[in-house]
Amino acid sequence: MQRLLAVLHARNLEFLRDRSTLIFTLLLPVLLVIGMGFVFAGPPRPLFKVGVLAPSIDPAAHPFLKERYTEFVPLPQRDQALRKLTHQQIDLLLDLQQPVRYWVNTESPKGYIVEKLLLAADPAASRQPVTGAALRYVDWLFPGILGMNMMFSCLFGVGYVVLRYRKSGFLKRLYASPLTAFEFLSAQVLSRLGLILFVTVVLYAGIGTVIGFHSAGSSLLLLLLAVVGALSMIALGLTIAARFASEELVGGLLNLLTWPMMLLSGIWFSLEGSPRWVQWVAHIFPLTHVLDAARAVMLDGAGLVQIAPHLLFLAATALAFLAFGAWSFRWRID
Amino acid sequence: MAILEVRDLVKVYPTATAVGGVSFSVPEGICFGLLGPNGAGKTTTIEIMEGILPPTSGEVRYRGESLGRRFRQEAGILFQKTALQDFLTVRQCINLFRGLYDHGLEVDEILRLCALEKLAARDNRKLSGGQQQRLLLAIALVNDPAVLFLDEPTTGLDPQARRNFWELVQSIKAQRKTIILTTHYMEEAELLCDDIVILDHGRIAAQGPPQRLLHEHFAQVLLELPRQDFPAAARALPLNILEGPDRIEITTDNVEGTLRTLLAAQVPLTHLRIRPANLEDLFLELTGTELRS
Repeated sequence: MQRLLAVLHARNLEFLRDRSTLIFTLLLPVLLVIGMGFVFAGPPRPLFKVGVLAPSIDPAAHPFLKERYTEFVPLPQRDQALRKLTHQQIDLLLDLQQPVRYWVNTESPKGYIVEKLLLAADPAASRQPVTGAALRYVDWLFPGILGMNMMFSCLFGVGYVVLRYRKSGFLKRLYASPLTAFEFLSAQVLSRLGLILFVTVVLYAGIGTVIGFHSAGSSLLLLLLAVVGALSMIALGLTIAARFASEELVGGLLNLLTWPMMLLSGIWFSLEGSPRWVQWVAHIFPLTHVLDAARAVMLDGAGLVQIAPHLLFLAATALAFLAFGAWSFRWRID
Repeated sequence: MAILEVRDLVKVYPTATAVGGVSFSVPEGICFGLLGPNGAGKTTTIEIMEGILPPTSGEVRYRGESLGRRFRQEAGILFQKTALQDFLTVRQCINLFRGLYDHGLEVDEILRLCALEKLAARDNRKLSGGQQQRLLLAIALVNDPAVLFLDEPTTGLDPQARRNFWELVQSIKAQRKTIILTTHYMEEAELLCDDIVILDHGRIAAQGPPQRLLHEHFAQVLLELPRQDFPAAARALPLNILEGPDRIEITTDNVEGTLRTLLAAQVPLTHLRIRPANLEDLFLELTGTELRS
């Protein structure tokens, strides 16, 4: 018991004297509670979701918009809105320009009910039927699972390796050679990238076969997206590991990144309908862009032009993170 | 022309001054020793010379230039402690570092130079202490360096491994390469170094070839006796006596006279040893500190 207490005391002193880790350890749970509160707070979810072909919703514009237990989502782009209706991601689509028109998926049970509510409020509304089976949750979740695996592999796989090299003195030995920080970091990025692509392709083919999933879009485009997305997240992991020498601090910082991405990047559920600022925050994270673009390609058959903004964001952040990582990189522990 | 010049080097940390204004130059083709006790500033000095640490002030010049890309290409470095990547064999470790330089030796030649041929396929984590140091020396030699830094290369090695390592360093020295060596071991410094600097508290206490320094500081020889053979009454004899924990040292330039005095005082001389002064004595003379403390 005496030996146990001696080791316990020494470990506690070590932890308490590592100020940065201590502060971080105390701060992380608080940030998580605040984050979860923002994401899951608010009134219960409505029964129906109706898309409105408009940039914003004005409840005075039509009596149906005052309907209770129904969420009205502005969807200014008609093609995108119709795709959502086809996949039963919304229950009805409304165009308020006179004469008022609406589209309903004839295969959707909820569409059947909400159509009745609309016609009660506006019997003159003109009906445009569409058809399409509901998107399976597993199909929607599939890109999220691939993305989540990629995120963990990128952030933790690279961050901890660099940290270990620094602590063991291996980085110091490399520093004594002509190797530059950019060369070293690029090698780490490329090594991890190869591994991640291999694993992602295997998972995509394996899980896809098991659940019977077929991408609506180009596989090559998905591969390009995986490359750019992984580059961005690996480079992000390197910026975290660029300076520090404490496993606990780096672990905490990586958790600080991964938890918000887990909650806000749309791995498990769509953030559609959540406050605008939450969606804005979500789009800071590379994983959000990876998943938005992957779902657009895999579920809606989007092409290069449609996902180009996501690819550009990911490429720009990859370069920025890598440049920052090289600039702030420390070879040795001071 | 000096291959390395150290000018007014100062390194100040928030709590201490590690190097307090050090200047010296290293001629090409010699083995240059930086000696001193723990905390004397020798590792800080050598790491600034290696370009690993920035100085607070002062500078180091390599072939008349500031340390830069050319220095990185032409210097070989063996740190006090270096971990290599896990799971790599000896050959793969050497291959990795060989790939970082524009020019250098063939990997097989490096393996042969450092007597590592039979260990080439072994995981680097499964080497003994002496084998590990030979591998680190091999890595320091991959670029066929013009200047080789060895920071306490034999600390922790058993006597046999240490002697093997010295032989390797002597073979490198025979190729007229410049070697910068820090060490705790005076035997090592006397055997390998052509020129030394003794550092104490971040400053130079002495500088020059070992034999010249010994000649300057010691015209005398040392008589050593076990402490238990030296009676308390003999401590009052008119001799230059230095008491150690287990031995008595008497410094003299008149051995016959000193022996007569000891015999007259009935001091037993069965275990008497007469030896010339060495670097350790020089260090004690200059700093009053045991080198291995």
